[in-house]
Amino acid sequence: MLAIHLAYWQQSILRVVGVLAAVLLPAGAFVNLFLFKMVSFMQNRLGPMEAGPHGQLQLLAEVGKFIQKEDIVPERADRRLFKLAPYLVVGTVLLVYLAVPFGPDAYFANLDAGVFYVLAVSSLSVIGVLIAGWASANKYSLLGGLRAAGQLIAYELPMVLALVGVVIQAGSLNLQAIVAAQHNGEMFGFGALGNPFVLTQFVGFGVFMIATQAELTQTPFDMPIAESELVAGYTTEYSGLRFLLFFIGEFASAGAFAAVAATMFLGGWALPGLDLDANYMNVLGPLVLFAKILVLAGLIFFIRFTYPRLREDQLQRFAWTILIPVSLLNIVATAVLKVVF
Amino acid sequence: MRTYPKVTTLINRIDWLSSFANEVPFILAAERLMEIEAPPRAQYIRTILFEMARVANIGLFLGEMGLQLGAVTPAFYAFRDREFVLNQIEAVTGGRFHPNFDRIGGLKDDLPKGWIAETKQVMERLRDYCDMIETLLVGNEIFQARCRGIGVIPAEVGLAYGLSGANIRASGVDWDIRRDNPCGLPYDKIDWKVWTHPDGDSFARYWVRLQETREATHIVDQLCDSLPSGPIMAKVPRIIKVPEGEAWVSTENPLGEMGYHIVSKGDLGPYRVKIRSASFSNVSITPWVLRGVYVPDVVTILASLYFILGDIDR
Repeated sequence: MLAIHLAYWQQSILRVVGVLAAVLLPAGAFVNLFLFKMVSFMQNRLGPMEAGPHGQLQLLAEVGKFIQKEDIVPERADRRLFKLAPYLVVGTVLLVYLAVPFGPDAYFANLDAGVFYVLAVSSLSVIGVLIAGWASANKYSLLGGLRAAGQLIAYELPMVLALVGVVIQAGSLNLQAIVAAQHNGEMFGFGALGNPFVLTQFVGFGVFMIATQAELTQTPFDMPIAESELVAGYTTEYSGLRFLLFFIGEFASAGAFAAVAATMFLGGWALPGLDLDANYMNVLGPLVLFAKILVLAGLIFFIRFTYPRLREDQLQRFAWTILIPVSLLNIVATAVLKVVF
Repeated sequence: MRTYPKVTTLINRIDWLSSFANEVPFILAAERLMEIEAPPRAQYIRTILFEMARVANIGLFLGEMGLQLGAVTPAFYAFRDREFVLNQIEAVTGGRFHPNFDRIGGLKDDLPKGWIAETKQVMERLRDYCDMIETLLVGNEIFQARCRGIGVIPAEVGLAYGLSGANIRASGVDWDIRRDNPCGLPYDKIDWKVWTHPDGDSFARYWVRLQETREATHIVDQLCDSLPSGPIMAKVPRIIKVPEGEAWVSTENPLGEMGYHIVSKGDLGPYRVKIRSASFSNVSITPWVLRGVYVPDVVTILASLYFILGDIDR
């Protein structure tokens, strides 16, 4: 239990600030670390170097730039929906973070159907994207929005199926219980490292990460915003703060999916050798989880900057003929092994 | 009036990624009218610079095709390694983009000291770049899925539309002006190969260009090794007047066949010049080849046909 007692309103403020920090911190870290620096290293450039030491303040400069820009709403756009869409996209990311635990008591909501909730909420962003594409009154935006919708729906299924294996193995839909199951589990009678599910559910992990790449519309699945075909897809007509919101949404949801993957497959906020119920884990846990998120996000962005993009029909075929059968087989195998052992 | 020496400044701008290659056929045509032949050393250096322009141009294409297909990183590698070639061209000609170096009867200057050894190192580096592109893009499953079987041009259709260069060689037509009609350039004195591919799709066009870039670096190496000594300028009158007549010379430029038809009335400048640029003919096939393809394939096909806008603008 928490050592200090807080009133309900104090807890509420803490939660709101916490969720904002949980969303903005990884998003900012990804942009700075991966989009600015890692990609520059991969591409033989320096990246931002002028703003602050080694360009560390470039992120602030970029945010300032977007805020200053003129806010344009196209004449024929559906004004209310056009303005609503970016908030919907960012809002869904906030909702995903609600269910992710950061420590034994450091969580926003400890839901018994946490996995179910996370998967349901993460697919809400489709609506925001589709609204953005439709309300812009632009053919590129509409095509991009429709592509995004088709893609997000197609890859939602393998994503759900990939997590079913974890749920079977842990025997719970509660994210805290899944973390505990990984921490307390043992591999072939050897329990010092716990049993992170990435070792037994490696097929599910692979499918989940591929589906994540598609859900985030990152290369090789970035057809919704393919710049050589659709200008900028559903974000074509957006400028200024609203574009910034889409941008934050993109990187924050990368963080959200990485957080879910870290919780489900890499042991979440727990670290082998540390006490699961100790009070200090409420402080250490978020840092451990953040480190795991960075590792997974590094993988996502590494692939993003390496591969060419697939075609829309190839992407759909890949989801329906490879990913879904593979994850179904994984579920069957997991269930059989669970019953046998 | 645009006198003959002034024309090279203009034609530099046609295909701006390999400007030196534009000058050569024009100068060769003017030399043919004046019945002058450049000394062997000048012809060798011309060919070296010609092939380096090819490496600078097609090397960029190899990365940029990736950019069109969504892979951002190869384009940066292409610009990085192209820089070395441009530096070598600059060291000789003084111009990175628009050298304006070729003269009727020879060249403006000789090679600077130590240039040959440096150039060989640069060519070694470009071969490494080609190997890297081969593993990074050509071997990539997604790249192959996007390019194989997309935009297939059969040989007879390609010939009917006047395709040239790598575009027609990728359809299996073994036709290279460098080998078939070198016009005095020393391509017949070295050992090299014309690459063709039977498929005729976007992947074949990319693959042929990749092999040609590698072959061009070998050509430069061999020419540097066998560079003869001697003057770099033939005896040319101080004021260049081209006698009356007509001449047509075409060469195998990076983008395809580039030719100049010069009509002279015996003045200081040409009376008429018709420029046959490669891209203008190469893109004429797009209405045929783009029928019934998906929108993303349009990008692939246009990128693989490889045109430069200055080369289309007639």
